[in-house]
Amino acid sequence: MRFAAKWIVSLGLLLWSFGAQAVLTIEITRGVEIGTPIAIVPFGWEGQAAPAQNVSDVIEADLARSGRFAVLPRKDFISLPHEDKDVVFKDWRILKAEALVIGSVRLSAPGKYQVQFRLYDVFKGSQIAGFRYTVGAGMLRSVAHQISDIIYEKITGEPGAFNTRIAYVTREAPPGVKPVYKLQVADSDGFNPQTVVRSPESLMSPAWSPEGKRLAYVSFEDKRSKVYIQNMTDGRRTMVAEFTGINGAPAWSPDGRRLALTLSRDGNAEIYVMQLDTRALRRLTSDPAIDTEAAWSPDGRDIVFTSDRAGTPQIYRMNASGGSAERLTFEGDYNARASYAADGKSITFISRSQGGFRVAVLRLDNRTAQVLTETSLDESPSFAPNGRMIIYATEVRGRGVLASVSADGRVRQLFKLEEGDVREPAWSPYNRELQ
Amino acid sequence: MKNRKYLVASLFIALALAGCASDEAVKPAGDESGAAPAQTGPSGSGAAPGTALSDRERQRRAELLSQRRVHFAFDSSTIDDEARAIIEAHASHLVANSQLKVTLEGNCDERGTREYNLALGERRAQAVERMMKVLGVAGSRIKTVSYGEEKPLCQEHDESCWRQNRRAEIGY
Repeated sequence: MRFAAKWIVSLGLLLWSFGAQAVLTIEITRGVEIGTPIAIVPFGWEGQAAPAQNVSDVIEADLARSGRFAVLPRKDFISLPHEDKDVVFKDWRILKAEALVIGSVRLSAPGKYQVQFRLYDVFKGSQIAGFRYTVGAGMLRSVAHQISDIIYEKITGEPGAFNTRIAYVTREAPPGVKPVYKLQVADSDGFNPQTVVRSPESLMSPAWSPEGKRLAYVSFEDKRSKVYIQNMTDGRRTMVAEFTGINGAPAWSPDGRRLALTLSRDGNAEIYVMQLDTRALRRLTSDPAIDTEAAWSPDGRDIVFTSDRAGTPQIYRMNASGGSAERLTFEGDYNARASYAADGKSITFISRSQGGFRVAVLRLDNRTAQVLTETSLDESPSFAPNGRMIIYATEVRGRGVLASVSADGRVRQLFKLEEGDVREPAWSPYNRELQ
Repeated sequence: MKNRKYLVASLFIALALAGCASDEAVKPAGDESGAAPAQTGPSGSGAAPGTALSDRERQRRAELLSQRRVHFAFDSSTIDDEARAIIEAHASHLVANSQLKVTLEGNCDERGTREYNLALGERRAQAVERMMKVLGVAGSRIKTVSYGEEKPLCQEHDESCWRQNRRAEIGY
């Protein structure tokens, strides 16, 4: 493959651990050599002890993972400027850098850090962006991701999605111990994992509310599937569906007021929409086949879902208020669990291809489908809010891992836990509060 | 289409049972619940002395009753001959022991998506439930639950393991 510049990079995150929480580590399994050459000078630090967080390392890792940048090795740098006045563009033109990032972190008050950075166009010799932030130590990584987002957007013309989070489920089952399932939320680079729900029984299908403060999910804690909503602001949990039969596949409407669900209370798996304030239910599908895995279009008008009404599971689309369904996938005998990109122009789903269950993308305008992965047990794909990456679950050497792939299939990486399995990822919407 | 398939299956079962009853030709007069009791469970309740099963049949029945799992093909809830024999044995045992309640638990292998598998697991449990009802087990005594792909018996990623995991479990 012409872009198969395969390299394995350990980002130096591999041995990092955070308190008692198991941290996901990232390994790039396929990268690209093309991409904007960028030099990121280690940020200056004015303070006594070491800074709470190495901001420039976080930025460098973000940009390297994105597949849109070729991050130049620091050992080649001729100068290490931290201030605008110290930048000599000739030093960077020699290295063929097109973009340059400098910055500094200083302790402005006890526990307060002032972070500033500047982004330059090396050819033009001019500044493209520059910002200053004052935050507590706990926000330094978030600031680094925000800087990455700005650099990404200025250079590529598209918004970044570094300052976002992922939800996922871990299963830890050391020999002789009962398994523990955790619904966790971490930064998009796997750091700062927080346990949202812990259970001795399986958890699945986490779904972010559009404002990113609530997670709907399925729990088997009562020995059958029930749907809950966890509010991450106040820690409150609400049970929303425990009807007879299965209760699953929660999906938020874009206005956050309704939840699509799969229930079999009327006999077999059908899609319903629950009005969350009144709990009123409206049934959307009516077919003796399995209808499940609803996902809303970003404009709220349509719902895509999985149905085996034609004999095998395939993706269909229907109006969110009901009516007839249009079949969207025709290739192969298994296409399921679709969800939309934020621009509404494509969906990602799992497709059985050459015997494996793989992540695919379907463009809705011309109905062309592309299989993006070569693994065989992929599940739960979801787009990053900028539509450039898809995170999904897969299996590597018998272990459940998360992986991400760029929407064009060119860049791939794995998110691994040191112990246990990780699965059911869901990429958060943009975190408006932090921006 | 599925309904028709089910109807055919039901007819087949009914015919099979009718055949069974007439072969044995020893159904006690006044037996209230039709053909099913002719297939007596190991407890032997309801069996007149003349209906005693041969040792071989008894052994076969005990062997079937010891099996609490029936298996399915990928993305299928069709009950094959092997599964049918097991379900029939349990159904007649349940008919003969009316105090028992049964839980049917549907499960899937790890392939495919979790939510689709949750629905597929339910369909497997329901397929067993329907057959048991046809065989005379009251619906009020049957509970179904699906665990989708969440409760694998076997953790390897190959067909022999996947087959073990694609199952309905009969519990009472």
